[in-house]
Amino acid sequence: MADITADLDITNEEQLRYIAGQAADARVNIELETEGMTLNIGPQHPATHGTLRIVARLDGEKVIEAEPIMGYMHRGYEKLTEVRTYPQVTTLINRIDWVGSFANEVPFILAAEELMDVEAPPRAQYIRTALFEMGRIANIMLFLGDMPVQLGGVTAIFYAFRDREFVLNQIESATGGRFHPNFNRIGGVKDDLPAGWIKETKSAMQKVRDFCDEIEDLVMGNEIFQTRCRGVGIIPPDIAMAYGLSGANLRGSGVDWDLRRDADSPLAWKDLDWKVWTHPDGDSFSRFWVRLQETREASYMVEQLLDGLPAGPIMAKVPRIIKVPAGESYVQTENPLGAMGYYVISQGELTPFRVKIRTASFSNMSISPWLLEGVYVPDIATILASLYFILGDIDR
Amino acid sequence: MSTTEEEVVEEVQTDAVREAIAKAFADELGDGFIEQHVRPGSDLWIRIAPASWVAAASFARDKLGMTWLDFVSAIDWMPSPFGREMDAEQDWGAEGRENEAQEMTTGLAGGDTRFQMFMRLYSTEEHIGVTIKADVANDSPAIDTLIPVFAGASWHEREVAEMFGINIVGHPDLRVLYLPTGFEGNPLRKDYPLVSRRVKPWPGIVDVENMPGDGDDEDEAEATA
Repeated sequence: MADITADLDITNEEQLRYIAGQAADARVNIELETEGMTLNIGPQHPATHGTLRIVARLDGEKVIEAEPIMGYMHRGYEKLTEVRTYPQVTTLINRIDWVGSFANEVPFILAAEELMDVEAPPRAQYIRTALFEMGRIANIMLFLGDMPVQLGGVTAIFYAFRDREFVLNQIESATGGRFHPNFNRIGGVKDDLPAGWIKETKSAMQKVRDFCDEIEDLVMGNEIFQTRCRGVGIIPPDIAMAYGLSGANLRGSGVDWDLRRDADSPLAWKDLDWKVWTHPDGDSFSRFWVRLQETREASYMVEQLLDGLPAGPIMAKVPRIIKVPAGESYVQTENPLGAMGYYVISQGELTPFRVKIRTASFSNMSISPWLLEGVYVPDIATILASLYFILGDIDR
Repeated sequence: MSTTEEEVVEEVQTDAVREAIAKAFADELGDGFIEQHVRPGSDLWIRIAPASWVAAASFARDKLGMTWLDFVSAIDWMPSPFGREMDAEQDWGAEGRENEAQEMTTGLAGGDTRFQMFMRLYSTEEHIGVTIKADVANDSPAIDTLIPVFAGASWHEREVAEMFGINIVGHPDLRVLYLPTGFEGNPLRKDYPLVSRRVKPWPGIVDVENMPGDGDDEDEAEATA
């Protein structure tokens, strides 16, 4: 440094200024090192279920602060429902959680039925419940295949896509839609089941169970999967409740609560013999484990529903033009992603006055800034994948 | 309320559990408790003063076991100034557009102001939920944040702030959640126009045409009723 100043032939004052400048530069360098870096992930879903951006401040490999930024898929469904008639609304809300669409329709239809004092006949309720559970299976199969991908194991997703087709084909042959059935009507369902459907569905359910066994062998016993998921992303039950987590995310934290069992629903769950699965650990592994058990359980539920399918009409008597009497009603069901509810306010018009859509992923995702604090960068994708959210279900 | 509501009340008569919860709120909040509505065997609504908003949430969580935050949102009770004017004529009904609500009507448990906050809390042990409503002032609407009680209220409140323009007092980070930065207006307010609908009128209920074999007269009477 002395040589440089000598060469430059500067005065004493200039020399001092130079040294002060060097010191200031050095300070900046030091600050940059300690401040760490800001990592931008996205706008893209780490597990490609939509478009999400995460801005993470890092210290080395550690996340100091992570902030999800969404809204890339916000479609304003709450506003749009105010200018749609009740039967038209189901077409929209199909697209909220697009992997388990059938289940999106059900709570809205139940809320409207409650306001109109209409109840669908038992056969319609059984068909609804069976398709609801098949939607759950198709939805969670995608998760079971996708989460290992976040850990570098791409095999499982191909099995998932292969076997999910059997379920989707059955949904399609009953409703006409692979992803967007739009099959529920106020007072019942659109059509009866096609001939031979029950037998084919039962064989599809057997394939689902085979798939579950395969995943259990392939993924859950895997040593890398275990080390990357066990003890990672732990959510204690009280924190989970304060953030309004639901579904397998809450049951994975040991909270024994399932709206299929615990809510007074007109759907047919109360007639079935089944079990609510919980896991006490609250980590990524336990959320995966709970979902796997639920998929298997759901396949047995569908079989029971098909065995006990009552005869009779599939539609209650409802007017051709549907005007819902003034009132308010809130109906929530246990959807594949967690608790989903519609708060419907009617003022006796053709269209709802206001619909508040409570989606599971919105609350499930709201815990992520808390959850991602202090984890390592490679775990971001694992933890987010284990929370299992669909962006359409966050943004609505 | 409608007649269906009264019929239900006659059938079931009372719901001791939900009445007791409403009474517990009334005792705790005193003057802050305004009104209640019980749908026996089904649901419970209470309306409180905005000053008791946070107190009600922490009372429900600590004393009533309602530890699960369902959602926090808001309602704009003003009848839409756009009404159904952009709809096709056949959707207006027999009286034309005259039958549109001009007066502000509020829902269960009442309300005095245009904007109303409402939250839903639930007990995963007792399997009982409550909807708590609070009126907020018409000019410069504001309410205290629930974050100290339920950490998960943060995103719900950000959504309310941008969609309804209700200020959440004490929220540490009230940036837009869904809307682009710098977006003007509050889309879920009733006086915010749905632009696409204003540009292109809705075709109307074209898909409710008569089915083959249906009596024409009967259906038309129904359609215009």
